Amino acid sequence: MASDMQTDISGANAPHPSGDIGDVVLRTEGLTKHYGGVHALQDASFEIRKGEHVAIMGDNGAGKSTFVRQITAVEQRTGGKVWFDGRYVEFDGPLEAREAGIETVFQNLALADHLDVPDNLFLGREKVLFKLGPFSILDYKGMREATLAGLEKTGVKIPNIRNTIQHMSGGQRQCVAIARTATFHSKLTIMDEPTAALGVQETAQVENIIRTLKEQGEPLILISHNMRQVMDLCDRIVVFRRGRVCANLRKEETDGQDVVSYITGAKTQDQYADAA
Amino acid sequence: MAEATHGIGGLTFDASKRNLPPEAGVAIALVLIVVVFEVLGRILMNDSFLFNTRENIDGIFNVARLQIIILQVSIIGIIALGVTQVILTGGIDLSSGSIVAATAMIAMSFAQVGEINGMENTRAVFGSGWVDLPVILPVVVALACGMAAGLINGLLIAYTGIPPFIATLGMMVSARGVAKWWTAGQPVSFPTESYAAIGSGMMPVFVFVVLAILFHLILRYTVYGKHTYAIGSNEAAARMSGIKVARHKVLVYTIAGLLAGVAALVLSSKNLTAQAGMGMMYELDAIAMAVIGGISLQGGRGSIPGTVLGAMIFGVIISGFTFLRLDAYYQEMVKGAIIVGAVVLDQWRQRRAAAKA
Repeated sequence: MASDMQTDISGANAPHPSGDIGDVVLRTEGLTKHYGGVHALQDASFEIRKGEHVAIMGDNGAGKSTFVRQITAVEQRTGGKVWFDGRYVEFDGPLEAREAGIETVFQNLALADHLDVPDNLFLGREKVLFKLGPFSILDYKGMREATLAGLEKTGVKIPNIRNTIQHMSGGQRQCVAIARTATFHSKLTIMDEPTAALGVQETAQVENIIRTLKEQGEPLILISHNMRQVMDLCDRIVVFRRGRVCANLRKEETDGQDVVSYITGAKTQDQYADAA
Repeated sequence: MAEATHGIGGLTFDASKRNLPPEAGVAIALVLIVVVFEVLGRILMNDSFLFNTRENIDGIFNVARLQIIILQVSIIGIIALGVTQVILTGGIDLSSGSIVAATAMIAMSFAQVGEINGMENTRAVFGSGWVDLPVILPVVVALACGMAAGLINGLLIAYTGIPPFIATLGMMVSARGVAKWWTAGQPVSFPTESYAAIGSGMMPVFVFVVLAILFHLILRYTVYGKHTYAIGSNEAAARMSGIKVARHKVLVYTIAGLLAGVAALVLSSKNLTAQAGMGMMYELDAIAMAVIGGISLQGGRGSIPGTVLGAMIFGVIISGFTFLRLDAYYQEMVKGAIIVGAVVLDQWRQRRAAAKA
């Protein structure tokens, strides 16, 4: 357990980290999620610092995606605490998490097929010309310009942003999903197997975008099964096994063989060492 | 090729590269159908379907026929505007015809006159104390009734998770029950003059066109419209993007109910009576108009102009058959075939688009 974090909740005060959390972007303590009797996530403690790219690895069903869903408030956690951007957070829903600056590229792409690129980028938080509740008037021009700027920043090439998503290749779709991050100047990007369904070239394209994010100092949590990719792109590897964090490894102190041993359970780290 | 106006660093937005909207196909179909009737008319009837052939009337077009075409589809067209929005979210609304009946019965009860030809109106639903009321009252009642029915649909669908088909099927049966129970099956007649004005002459067309323009603008330019399309396109994505899907669905079904309420007002006013059996099968005709107009039953695709064109195709076919003096039986047979044909065509177009991508 990370020791520089105060974990008791006293009085009406929300839990606050004691000591210096410095450049920690996201920290979880004892994050737990039960689906009925299934303990999908158990006591997961994790942190990521500014500019850091952290990989989450683990077998299918190890709790990787569940972990992400708790952070991004797509689901409500059963237990545990989350600090983000220097404050204790309990997001009400995914929109609140996004507004706070956590941008997620989901495994099953969260894109609407019949909408074009700007519509998808701004889905759920459209720019409006003036507010009228649900009937607020959309600012198409503003969204288009912000989209082009976001694509520019990530180096994503889309032939025509007014095309609907359904006419795009898997790689282009993934790029659109990733471009959301750049468009909204997120504080933390989470990618859940962003290249799992892509070909070699498209994978390279997405990896390039991830490198660009690294250069720009944007922190990233990357969930991936691809060892080469993880070793190539990340500073640190956190291994999940059976719903628990079982290893926290610096890239330079480990290798593929070592990580696989943790994933399969052949090796175990007793506790979540404060490697960062 | 026109160069981009908003290009930054080689990224372009090129309006001319957008795909041809599906509405264009519907418009072509409409023109083709008109041409077919025109040709058939010249051959079989020795008369023109579209153009004025009478010496004693000025004008190029047969205005009377055009008016009838649009007049006879405008009331169901109003319903179709709401049904379109429901289908865009990936849902369906089978209850609109019954909502029209129930709403018309209830609203008309607040719009009755006190005296008929100098005699007291003994058929007034609420007795002689509730007659000759200001027209605003039945209007508000109609809109409220429609909205309430739509709200129930929406709440059922959004919060119990039952399929829209079942929820609105239930409402279809129940609302018809309300329509019959209201006066124990008796028609409600003799509306006040101001109430009768709502649906007189070309008023139904006016209401239809104004509402069509309004909802086209809403779907195209507001957050409501964007979310409606997003939910129909990928509900999970919409949810993950933070759209409050359940709340939005309630709103969409409530608007559909509201439009059914408007249709009830116009229809009962035009007919000068409300009957428990009115609006029968209107829901299916409204769905058919939307489907013919290119609204995908899977949701997420289509537009109000498409539905308006679909309604026009509907009207042209009915009028064309009457013009050719063909029996109504044939009309129904062909109507059915066209609905199925439109869906087949839509699927085919989707597959072709997917293959091209």
